[in-house]
Amino acid sequence: MRQNMKRLLAGPYVLWMIGFTIIPLLLVVYYGLTDKNGTFTFANVLSISTPEHMKALLLSLVLSLISTVICLLLAYPLALILRKRGIGQGSFVVFIFILPMWMNFLLRTLAWQTLLEKNGVINGILNILHLPNLAIINTPWAIILGMVYNFLPFMILPIYNVMIKIDDNTINAARDLGAGTLQTLFYIWIPLSVPGIISGITMVFVPALTTFVISSLLGGSKILLIGNVIEQEFTRGSNWNLGSGLSLVLMIFILISMALIAKYDKEGEGTAF
Amino acid sequence: MSQPLIDLQHISKKFDDTLVLDDLCLSVRENSFVTLLGPSGCGKTTTLRIIGGFESPDTGNVIFAGNDITKLPPNKRQLNTVFQKYALFPHMSIAENIAFGLKIKKKPKSYIDDKIRYALKLVNLDGFEHRSVDSLSGGQQQRIAIARAIVNEPKVLLLDEPLGALDLKLRQDMQYELIRLKNELGITFIYVTHDQEEALTMSDTIVVMNQGYIQQMGSPEQIYNEPENAFVADFIGESNIVDGLMIHDELVEICGAKFACVDKGFGTNQPVDVVIRPEDIDLVRPENGTLQGVVTHLIFKGVHYEMEVTTPDGFEWLVHSTDMAPVGEKVGIHVDPFDIQIMNKPASEDEEAVGVNE
Repeated sequence: MRQNMKRLLAGPYVLWMIGFTIIPLLLVVYYGLTDKNGTFTFANVLSISTPEHMKALLLSLVLSLISTVICLLLAYPLALILRKRGIGQGSFVVFIFILPMWMNFLLRTLAWQTLLEKNGVINGILNILHLPNLAIINTPWAIILGMVYNFLPFMILPIYNVMIKIDDNTINAARDLGAGTLQTLFYIWIPLSVPGIISGITMVFVPALTTFVISSLLGGSKILLIGNVIEQEFTRGSNWNLGSGLSLVLMIFILISMALIAKYDKEGEGTAF
Repeated sequence: MSQPLIDLQHISKKFDDTLVLDDLCLSVRENSFVTLLGPSGCGKTTTLRIIGGFESPDTGNVIFAGNDITKLPPNKRQLNTVFQKYALFPHMSIAENIAFGLKIKKKPKSYIDDKIRYALKLVNLDGFEHRSVDSLSGGQQQRIAIARAIVNEPKVLLLDEPLGALDLKLRQDMQYELIRLKNELGITFIYVTHDQEEALTMSDTIVVMNQGYIQQMGSPEQIYNEPENAFVADFIGESNIVDGLMIHDELVEICGAKFACVDKGFGTNQPVDVVIRPEDIDLVRPENGTLQGVVTHLIFKGVHYEMEVTTPDGFEWLVHSTDMAPVGEKVGIHVDPFDIQIMNKPASEDEEAVGVNE
């Protein structure tokens, strides 16, 4: 009886998974491995090797890698400061960082477009101050800025969550045994927060690799990321087969990077020095 | 007497608006085993953290071997701490945990390896080098925490309720272990606990604290036999604390009966507090007792019987004795003069006896 009850409770989740994950995934695999007439082919998948697709994929990888590194470098010290502040004051600062997440993603990115434009807000201020203008809109730098801005909270939160579970006395013990601030950071804080760093990297790198909105809003029409290529195949080109094939390639790249991260995590455990 | 190794001078500390330590002065001699004893919130752990460098006092100075170390960070102090919940580094093996302090100090590898072996032997955990922290029991983790601290050859070892999380039997074993370690290493131990038995067993000097004040400082015998106030008497072991009237030197009136005692200098007809330990009360025939009462409770405790004797004025005397008197029996109470401890009435609220059960 209780067993049946449990199965019943799992029902909605199973339905959800089947309806919105498994069936779409199978459809993508089907379209990706067939041509317009429904015959089996690898052509869609292999078309990744064409120069323009390769270029988009590489640019995507490079930009999301840079964004992930910048997010990590910004988020780690911030999470550490939040953790050291204690619950009371810390939660307010966390709140400030989460606040932008309550605004629509598109609106936030559009706001950056207005800010960065040639005759936008930032350049207006720079003109008043007689300073040289900022010309990063429609360059890869604007895309990186948009990625970092949008995904930074996803890096901060997992690291912060791991850090608050580290006992104060573990840190005190390191200090007590003679470790200075930097030694405590490298020997205690960082090794103990590896799980948070890993999930932060995952949560920033994957959406950054697949985004097409940030690149089309801040990168103009000239810079194509792999996300934009796939989007165009589905919308403008109406070539669902090619879009699905490229999606499969992207998925493989994500799986490979996740596997690499997971492997590093396993090796990272227990090595302190 | 030699110069004290640690000298706390007029330490005060406030957390928010609560005064945790109020003008505390404490000297610790080299090679002594000093226990800070008191209920939670008495300021004992804060005192230890100030010595360790994890808190800084609002006022006052910490003097270590003649040098003012009040503003020195913990990593620059020549003392090590054993933390309440061990605080081992979960991502390191046992050997790496013990080696941590030595690696920071850039000691040669052979020296570190020797030290690890020596420390593990000292805490009876030979061969545990490559175990992980998770695979150890609480008692074993505690020993590793001690080993990790002592390989650094500190002048002073600070221990913050190190046995708090262990079960009774293990706690008792570890008490003897700590005494042995202290004797073998010849270093100063400053120990924090709320367990009076632990304090009595291990210490050279007990510092009884309450509400940020030192209530009494002395040898375990002094603290137990000659408590200076009702708080100390009540906190250290069980005791009967009765209102008395000091009629003149060496004579005190309790519950309407006159008892001979050995205390002097309290004046004449002064109200005082009288402490009588339950094991110091002799139950005799009613006609031979200074006071008469009826046994109202009887519990067998193993080593002795615990009885409650109610006297006509309503006071319930706690009596420990190997002889048993059944409930309802009329008995006489006799106390030898040197077993009666006279104390001044508390001068402030802080010295009043408070519950021990926490």
